[in-house]
Amino acid sequence: MALLETRGLTARYGDFKALFGVDFTIEAGETVAIIGANGAGKSTFLRAICGLLASAPESIRFDGEAIGGVSPARIVRRGIAMAPEGRKLFPSLSVEENLSVGAWSQKTPGYWTLRSVYELFPMLWERRLSPATALSGGQQQMVTIGRALMSNPRLLLCDEISLGLAPIVIRDIYAALPRIKQGGVSLVIVEQDIAQAMAVADRVYCFQEGRVTLSGAPAALSRDAIHEAYFGH
Amino acid sequence: MTAIFDTILQGVLLGGLYALFAAGLALIFGVMRLVNLAHGDLIVLAAYLILLIANALHLGIILSFLIALPLMFAAGYVLQAGLLNRVIGNDILVPLLTTFGLSIILQNAMLTGFSADSRRLTTDGIETASLPLFNGMAIGIMPLLTFAAAVGVIVALNQLFYRTALGRAFRAVSDDPVTARLMGIDDKQLFAIAMGVALTVCTIAALFLGLRANFDPTIGPGRLIFAFEAVIIGGLGSLWGTLAGGVILGVAQTIGASINPEWQLLAGHLAFLVVLAVAPRGLFPRAVD
Amino acid sequence: MAMTNAAAPRFAIRTRTPVSTIAAVCCVVLVVVLAALPFFAGRSVMQNMFFILTMLSLAQFWNLLAGYSGLISVGQQAFVGLGAYLLFAWTILGGVDPVLAIVLSGAIAALVALPTSFLVFRLKGAYFAVGTWVVAEVFRLILAQVKILGGGTGTALPKEATNDAAFVQWIVQMTGERAAVARDKADYWLALILAIGAIGLVYGLLRSRRGLALAAIRDNEAASGSVGVDATRMKRLVYVVSAFGAGMTGALIYLAKARISPDAAFSLIDWTAFVFFIVIIGGIATIEGPIVGVLIFWLIQNELSSFGSVYLMLLGALAIIVMLFFPKGVWGTLAERFDLHLFPIRRSLEFASAAGDPKSSPAVEEEISHD
Repeated sequence: MALLETRGLTARYGDFKALFGVDFTIEAGETVAIIGANGAGKSTFLRAICGLLASAPESIRFDGEAIGGVSPARIVRRGIAMAPEGRKLFPSLSVEENLSVGAWSQKTPGYWTLRSVYELFPMLWERRLSPATALSGGQQQMVTIGRALMSNPRLLLCDEISLGLAPIVIRDIYAALPRIKQGGVSLVIVEQDIAQAMAVADRVYCFQEGRVTLSGAPAALSRDAIHEAYFGH
Repeated sequence: MTAIFDTILQGVLLGGLYALFAAGLALIFGVMRLVNLAHGDLIVLAAYLILLIANALHLGIILSFLIALPLMFAAGYVLQAGLLNRVIGNDILVPLLTTFGLSIILQNAMLTGFSADSRRLTTDGIETASLPLFNGMAIGIMPLLTFAAAVGVIVALNQLFYRTALGRAFRAVSDDPVTARLMGIDDKQLFAIAMGVALTVCTIAALFLGLRANFDPTIGPGRLIFAFEAVIIGGLGSLWGTLAGGVILGVAQTIGASINPEWQLLAGHLAFLVVLAVAPRGLFPRAVD
Repeated sequence: MAMTNAAAPRFAIRTRTPVSTIAAVCCVVLVVVLAALPFFAGRSVMQNMFFILTMLSLAQFWNLLAGYSGLISVGQQAFVGLGAYLLFAWTILGGVDPVLAIVLSGAIAALVALPTSFLVFRLKGAYFAVGTWVVAEVFRLILAQVKILGGGTGTALPKEATNDAAFVQWIVQMTGERAAVARDKADYWLALILAIGAIGLVYGLLRSRRGLALAAIRDNEAASGSVGVDATRMKRLVYVVSAFGAGMTGALIYLAKARISPDAAFSLIDWTAFVFFIVIIGGIATIEGPIVGVLIFWLIQNELSSFGSVYLMLLGALAIIVMLFFPKGVWGTLAERFDLHLFPIRRSLEFASAAGDPKSSPAVEEEISHD
């Protein structure tokens, strides 16, 4: 049974329809990348999964249960966490408080604690008392990932975690992914950098204008096929 | 010289009462950006509740006050979850006018239920006791206790906000309610808790209001204005600033009253307008806004 | 694009709708009937109509502030009371004719509103609302100190300003009625002129270029600035105009009452809470809303005001229920369902098919669609 599965998922912002029936699956332990141009519906897809956008109950199943239309707060409790696009740290909270707030829904301690997040990103330990938004972009991105991990999710959604960061910083962040997977987390990574996505993903989905235009293991996808799926004709 | 010192001292202690009025208002605005126009009436309601419990159960005021605390917390929770959560959002008109309507409903409900007569909370003489100071001056125990309560409430609220998981969640929701939901925080439930805490603080304010002076169902709006002025003078975002704002308001009022008793309120309002003119962000604004 | 002929515009911006044309005709008839009302209606009708018309004026000006400009004030009683006291000052201390004094009182209220706006505009949103309330309290407390106008207990108008006023005496001579009856008619006509003036002023302002600017500010203040709308200046204008209107209305109301006290003249319930109710029930940000609202309010008041505080609780509860379930009010809800606009301020683009080269019309349309 797939960890997460969507069937014919649609989403809209008011009158504007942004997703037109997306079919998507991720197995436990998998890392899946979603690529696509700006406005292809990648972020919308993640927002629908974590409950920020309304969707039909049966269109999203997590761990065998229908979760479409469930509130974001309950979805976090079921084990889906999100590192949102633009980092969205809480400016009046310190680094450590931002991490702690991620554990709000945790009733029993899990693998990810302040301690294990600091082990994953040691430079956050030194800055733990600073206001979160005073950090560099890369460090802020680490806080965002750490904050999402603090809820000990089974599925982590990462939206554009390399956006606007220097290559060396992106490398540091991606270097943490294998260790995150070791903790038993499945990953969905939305990424505009195709090469980066292909390097870490077990499977890749390509979105275009609210639809899935291509999917498969990176090795099985030709350059031309990706180009076409990404840009259209 | 002694007279001036005495006037200022009385004003400072009066400021403690205004800080108690203001703390709940500031808390609600801080968490959910709501200005509750019924805030003053809720304080008066709490005073009547204490009185009602004391009369019905033949208890002392302090014990009645302790029973009123959780009741007012529950009232705040229900008020927020049942009504105010439906109206807060991007638009300010609807929440503002809803709380204004609530204010009118509360005032008139209290007029119907408790009549327009002035009431007072009384204990065994604490309210008239005083400590002698130098030069024949004396300082009332009650004003002193009020000020101590204000300091205590502010310390407690700061502890809550900066030392607990609930406080972190309050601040997170205040920063960005959508992202807070991604952390598993139910913002509407949190708002209900915040309103419960605010009405608990209102009950503390009501105890001292009722012990220090008479109250009747119509004085709520006046208390709201004092609370508002203390918050704006102090600068949004800091509870200690709110205490300072209350003290400035209290001193302005006692100085005004010492010149002419009819100028007490006017002097307070003018002090507020002067601060608004020279320091529109208040005297102790939060660094990051 | 090459086909576009610069000589004649082939499209026009119109605000008129067929319904509004009928409404305009009905309006003229209604105004004539209302103006003639004193010749065949009794005194109690005059007094009721006076109440309706003055509350309507207050509601129109508050609606201009809150509905159209987003400036939610709970302190319009500041200018109602100020206008009322100024009327007393002009007539008692200056011996000025009361009709002239009404206009002067409004003008001075506007003049006072200008510096006041610099203070209260420092507060935003809901804090602005409470700030205006403080201003009203300050005016009340200051006027309670003015001993020559009766201090805290208030004072009454002399006969020269009421029954013996020139306007009233003129009606007495024309109709041969008692001065007290003539005074009710005089007050009624003044209230009618004020209400029509209020509607005309608000409607004119909204249809002007400034009205477009106001709509832009209300929709998006930051973006309106980028297209050259000075939001603060527009809001200040609206605040001052509303103070002018509230001041004149206050002066007229207290000319009719002939007795004033600080608590009554600066009453939050009478001059702000009731006005809220009228605008919310009728429909905020429409000109028709306050008209519908004031009639509903008058009916409720007639039936229930004897219940005192229970009546006020009911008004408060009704306002909250309307805001929760019918946020557009009675008129707004009806207008939306039946697409009614008696006072149209929406602009619609129309293409003149008869005029000019027919081939050029699509070119214009294309230009618009790229907007």
